[in-house]
Order: sequence, then C-alpha cells, then structure tokens
Amino acid sequence: MKTIKNIFLLTAVAGLILSCGNNNGGKSGAMASSNAEKVYVAPGEHDEYYAFMSGGYSGNVTVYGLPSGRMFKEIPVFSQFPTSGYGYSEETKPMFNTSFGFVPWGDAHHPDISQTNGELDGRWLFINENNTPRIARISLATFETEEIIEIPHSAGNHASSFVTENTEYIVAGTRFAVPNPQRDMPISEMKGEFKGPLTFIAIDDSGHMKIDFQLNMPGFNYDLAHPGRNKSHGWFFFTSYNTEEANTLLEVNASQNDKDYIVAVNWQKLAEFVANGGGKKVPATYAHNVYDEKTHTATSTMMEGVTSIDPREVEGAVYYIPIPKSPHGCDVDPSGEYIIGSGKLSTDLSIYSFTKIQEAIANKDYEGDAYGIPVLNYENTLAGVVTQAGLGPLHTEFDGRGNAYTTFFISSEVVKWKLETWEVVDRQPTYYSVGHLMIPGGNSRTPDAKYLVAMNKITKDRYLPTGPELEHSAQLYDITGDKMELLYDFPTHGEPHYAAGIAASKIKDNVKKYYDLEENNHPYVAKSESETKVVRNGNEVHVYMTMIRSHFSPDNIEGIKVGDKVYFHITNLEQDFDVPHGFSMIGANTSELLIMPGQTKTSIWEPKREGVWPFYCTDFCSALHQEMQGYVRVSAKNSDTELKWSLDDE
Amino acid sequence: MKSASILMIVGSALLLGLFIFPLWNIVLEAPQYPDGIGMNIHIDGLQGRDKHDLQNIDGLNHYIGMRKLPKANEMWEFSTFPLVIGGMAALGILIGILGFFKVLNYKWFLAWLILMTVLGILGMYDFNAWMVDYGTNLDPKAIMKMTDADGNPLSYKPPLFGTKDILNFRAHSYPSLGAYLMGLGMFLTFVAFWLGKKKTT
Repeated sequence: MKTIKNIFLLTAVAGLILSCGNNNGGKSGAMASSNAEKVYVAPGEHDEYYAFMSGGYSGNVTVYGLPSGRMFKEIPVFSQFPTSGYGYSEETKPMFNTSFGFVPWGDAHHPDISQTNGELDGRWLFINENNTPRIARISLATFETEEIIEIPHSAGNHASSFVTENTEYIVAGTRFAVPNPQRDMPISEMKGEFKGPLTFIAIDDSGHMKIDFQLNMPGFNYDLAHPGRNKSHGWFFFTSYNTEEANTLLEVNASQNDKDYIVAVNWQKLAEFVANGGGKKVPATYAHNVYDEKTHTATSTMMEGVTSIDPREVEGAVYYIPIPKSPHGCDVDPSGEYIIGSGKLSTDLSIYSFTKIQEAIANKDYEGDAYGIPVLNYENTLAGVVTQAGLGPLHTEFDGRGNAYTTFFISSEVVKWKLETWEVVDRQPTYYSVGHLMIPGGNSRTPDAKYLVAMNKITKDRYLPTGPELEHSAQLYDITGDKMELLYDFPTHGEPHYAAGIAASKIKDNVKKYYDLEENNHPYVAKSESETKVVRNGNEVHVYMTMIRSHFSPDNIEGIKVGDKVYFHITNLEQDFDVPHGFSMIGANTSELLIMPGQTKTSIWEPKREGVWPFYCTDFCSALHQEMQGYVRVSAKNSDTELKWSLDDE
Repeated sequence: MKSASILMIVGSALLLGLFIFPLWNIVLEAPQYPDGIGMNIHIDGLQGRDKHDLQNIDGLNHYIGMRKLPKANEMWEFSTFPLVIGGMAALGILIGILGFFKVLNYKWFLAWLILMTVLGILGMYDFNAWMVDYGTNLDPKAIMKMTDADGNPLSYKPPLFGTKDILNFRAHSYPSLGAYLMGLGMFLTFVAFWLGKKKTT
C-alpha cells in the first residue's frame, strides 16, 4: 500500500515538473487546466454564445458555439449546397438569379446581426457577397436564407453589409471602381471616369430589403464601413483606398498617396432628400429574390431603376476625411464618439472625434476638396493616434469598458489599447496573420465582452496537416481580465472574414423546430397520403409524393417514359423536431433533397433509359430507414404503359 | 345543514372541471425525446401535450402494430362520459339545493357519492380494458414483433397508474388536474354528508 502511495506521489511530482517545464509562458499547469475548463462545455450543455462566421469563398455562413468552438451548421447562402438541395431544388434555384443569370457561387464577407436601439436583437443576420454584388438576409428563427438582393452599378461589394442601429439601412459599397453606367471604354482612361457608388438599402419591419438610393461617389475603392451609433447615429463612415485611381499594379500604384480618405455620410439627410423627391432615377437592372417560408419557395423579381444621388447636390451630407496609408477597417466605438481608421500600411491608428468632425463641418474647416466633395482638416478632426501599435492594423472591436482591440495582420497580433488615453495595454500573438476579430456585440452600443475571436488568414502548422489546402484557424481569448488570455484554437470552415456573435439566450428560444404542415402553401404539397398522385401533362410528369417514417407514398410508379421530365414534389409529413427525410433518384442530374418536417421540395429527373429505377431516403431517419425506398418503371418513349402509382398495392 | 348543502353543491360542481382540464395524462420519455411526448385524456377525447404529439405517438406505435389513437367520434366513451359527468354534477347540485331547502336529508349526499364512486370505478375499469386491448391487440403484420422473457408477445399497455418501462420508452401515467378536482369534489361531498349527519344527529 505504501509503495503505491509513493508511486502516486512520484507521478504527481513528475507531472508538476513536466507541466511547468512545458509552459514557456511562465504559467503553472493549474492555470492551463483552468483554460481548458473555460472552454469546456459539458456533454448536453449549451454554449453561451452563437458565432456566425462568414465562409468567404465558400459563399456560406457557418454557425459555431462559443466558448467551445463547436460547429453546429453551415447555412447555405450564396453557394449551391448539394447537401440540402439548396440551389438545386426547383424552389431554391431562384435565389441564385442575378442580372447576369444563374450564379452558383459567391464570396461571403461580413455578417451583421440586426439591431434595435443599438443592441443586437437576434432577428436576422445579413451578409454581403463581394463578387456579384449582393446582400442576403438569413432568418435567425429558421437559420435559412430568406432574401437576396443584387446591388447594381457596384463591383466588389466589400464595404457591406453593416446595419444601422435600428436596422433602418444596410449598406453596400464599391471596392472596384467601375464606369457607372457600365460602358465600353479604355481601362487606362479610368481616372475621373469611374465611380464608386455607395448603396443604401432600406429594411422594413419584416426584414425585406429595398434599394432606397445610391450615392454616386468618385471612383475610389470603398473598402469597409460602419454606421455611427449612439451620438453619431444618422451617419455612416467608409474607408477608401486607391484615391490615386490607379488601374494597374495597384499594390504599388495605389500605395503612393500619403493619405486616402474616410467618407462621412449623413444618411439621414440623404434619406430625407430622397423622401422629398430628390435624386435622379437612373436605369438599373437587378434581381430581388425572396424565399417564402409558407410556400417553401423562392421567387426572383427583376427590378428596374434606382435613385442616384450626386454627393455634391446635398449640402452638408458627404465629407472626406484624410487618413494615412490605404486604410482598411473603419470602426465606431460604442459611444459613437470615436471613429477608428486603420491605415493598413501604417504602424499607427488614427482615431477621429465625431464632435470634432461636426465642429469642422460647422466651421467649414476644409483642407480642400476631391471632385467637389469637401475634405475636412485632418489635424482638427483627429481625437488621437495610437502610435507604433504594431504592423498592418486592420480591424477594431470594443468591450464597452473603455478598451479597444485591434488586429495587426503583418505583426500577427491582437493589441488592446485604451480609448481616450490611446495607450497600448496588452498584446497577444495570433496564429497566424489575423484578419478580422469579433467580440459578441463588439460593433454595437452594448458589447457582451467576455470573449474575443481572432480569425486568421494563415494556418500552417496549427493542426494535423491535411495536404496543401487547409481550413483557416481561429483563436479564442478571454478578455475579462487586464490581459487577454489565449484559451483555445479551432479550425473554421472556408475563409471567415468577419463574424457576428450574440448571446445564445437572444436566439435559442425563438428557433423553429419544424414547419407546420397546416401552414404549408406549396402549390404541389400533399398534406396526407390520400392527397398523393401522379399527373401527366405532355412529357411533364408531376409526382405529388409524401414521406414519413419509413416509406414514400407512392413508392411504386409506372408509366414514366424515356424523355419525360419528372418533377418529384416531396412533402415530409413528419411534425416532430429533427426528423428530416432525404430523397435521391438514380441517374438524376441534380443533388439530393433534404426535406425538413412539414416542408415540400422539388427535384427534377429526366430518365434516359428504360428499366426499373430505384429511389431512396438519404437521411438515416429511423430503424427502418434502409427500407425507405421505391421504384419507378421507365418505358420506351412510345410505349402505352398505363400511368399508375401505389403504396402497398393500394 | 345549510353549510353541508353548500359543500355538496361546490363538491359536485367541481366535477365540471373535467370539461376543461384533462382527466389523465400519459407521458412517454426516451433518450431521443428529451422533452418527452405526451397525451392528455379528456372526458371527450384525446389531446397531445404539444401540438403534434398524438401524430408522433401514432408514428412510433406503427412500428409495433398498434392501432392509431382514437378520434373523439371513434369511441362511445367520449360521447357518454360528458353526459355522465354533466348528469352527475347536475344531480349533485340539485341534491345540494334540495338539501339547502331541507327537502332532502344528508343521506342523499352519501347516496350520490356511492353512485359516483361506482361510476368512477366502472370508468376506470373501462379505461383499463381499453388500454389492455390497445396495447395487446396488435396488427399481425406489425414491423416489430417483440416477445417477453417467456416468449409471449410483449404487451405495450401503459400502466393505469404509475410508471413503467416499455422498450426504449418510460411511460408515466398519472391523474391530471380534472381528476384531482373530481377527487376533491367527491371528498367535499363526503364532508357534506358527515357535516349533515353531525348537525342533524
């Protein structure tokens, strides 16, 4: 017994020595285990926060829990998603319609949660698409994309999709200045000819988006934006680069000016101007796609014309403010007083005072103008500078306790500094080359600042190697103390540019568990097995099919012919949480369908060969999932096989 | 006798609670149903505890070949029970009123209680018989045919009162608010009898 005790003691001592020796940060082993506890969410327990991460080039949004870093869902938004049939089902194809036709992919950048009185309200998530300029709205009750609006006259919709503090407007910028209207002209004649329209999209009480007006700005590259909040509510701030208006080798030619601009836009003034009939109606064609939860179907409407405003025609609404060296991030602190501009080629952060901006405007304290737009005096609008904070500042978020946190891409770190004293108080490395950071509510009036997530662009050796292509890495920091503490490191899907975090309590009780079959208004719904049928209309065949554990109805269909276009309209009759069924058909040139309880989805199958062809359920729905299958008999084009359908020979 | 009669009236009127609240409640729990699914048995029909619970119970039961849960018009009990309960409440109230005006004496209170108890026992017997039939009279083409340790077909009858494990489910069967009100009502009528007797003798 004594020997055993001694061995125990010895092991414990060795463990202590090892854990101390392993820790080069000077923390004890006990400290490390407390970090593990901070991110540990016990089996069956829920995370404290939702984090909605943009997927970047995946075109979608992924949903994570914090602090655990567990991924819960990928919400398909701008990219086709064969897993569920999004973009493949007849109901969702219209979501991909644009003025360029069907675009199967997108580049999703900046998610933002709707706000009421400057606080996150958890109704909707908005996200922009950079390549084919669009903004999507995702319901935070169903976690499905409900609406996508295309932004005409824009290119590189990067300064987007940020919402004002009562979700009055959402903005879309133009990162790649283009001719407006588009026309055939020599690229080298860009200067003075290209434009960078900033689009203001009004949001109504049901979340629907409508382009209210476009501010037709000079052709600089409008990069990022944030709305004013609290005292600066009513204003919007955008960063711009390439004020050189270079059209080639921008990495050099757009980095020549000592200063570029922040744009300050009084959107309330512009909205009033437009409401009073101001602005000019200009031709525009853009798609507006809306998904209806009751018909489970999207419709795409091609819209015509927008109201365009020349920034010079509304007195006191649009100003430029100089900012050093090709700024990127443009962030506004919770009070609304400070606007932080990050010159990404600089080592400093410029912080502007909203009060001083107002004074400069009142005093007409201009340095000059750019294309007739007044340029406010740099020195006199500046509140302070965080000097030599790091290399390559990008984005800033806030904790509501007087601190700001800025990412530095080149020096790969998050730097904590104090508002008003502008002193750096802490810095922590990131792994590696951090882009955006996110604090839940960190871009609202009331940050919920327990954690900070750094989203990195480079992963390298952080996880087990998976070949040349890697997922990106994210780090979670505890920011409740004086010093930031790295808690956890987890891979993220796609390329998260930005994320929006929110207390789970603001969302989770409103989340829908299934769709009510009674409210299903799909034109091809079958609400019971007795309503199932097969209808031929020329060579189009419509199958009204149902699914319930563990069979399809009908599951035997005859009388289909080679050359037919068969529409399977399939309704999941289940009315219980988490009982989806899937559908796949051999030889179909489209994806499977994953159909939620109470939902109807449609898949097209064009049989090419005679025979008897099976279909089956792709979701392991029940103990008899393997039996959930059926057959379609396909006859020759000119055969006279009678059209019939059955379940259990009835 | 006046207070006894009032108690008699109140006691029998409490039966009317059965027109609003369920008589009995059966809840099924399983790992896949963290919130459970349940049904409330009212005197005039079955209702799911949540909107689609009955449909989901039927969905589960189809694996073992149980019939679908009866609709209100598919069992005579759901049209008869309301008449019996309504009739007994009316009778009890009438007896109470007549007792108040001294037309009838306290012995009628007891007579009502005995009749109500007999009817109650008959009701429970009928309820149990229905559950036995429902839980054992299964479709011969049932997907799953389970047997007990002795090789006899497994009975899926939920307990009349209490908790029982049936395959992966734990079934809880207990009286509900309507039954408690009825019980309280019947107790009050006994108190009415006792009080009436005490005041008279």
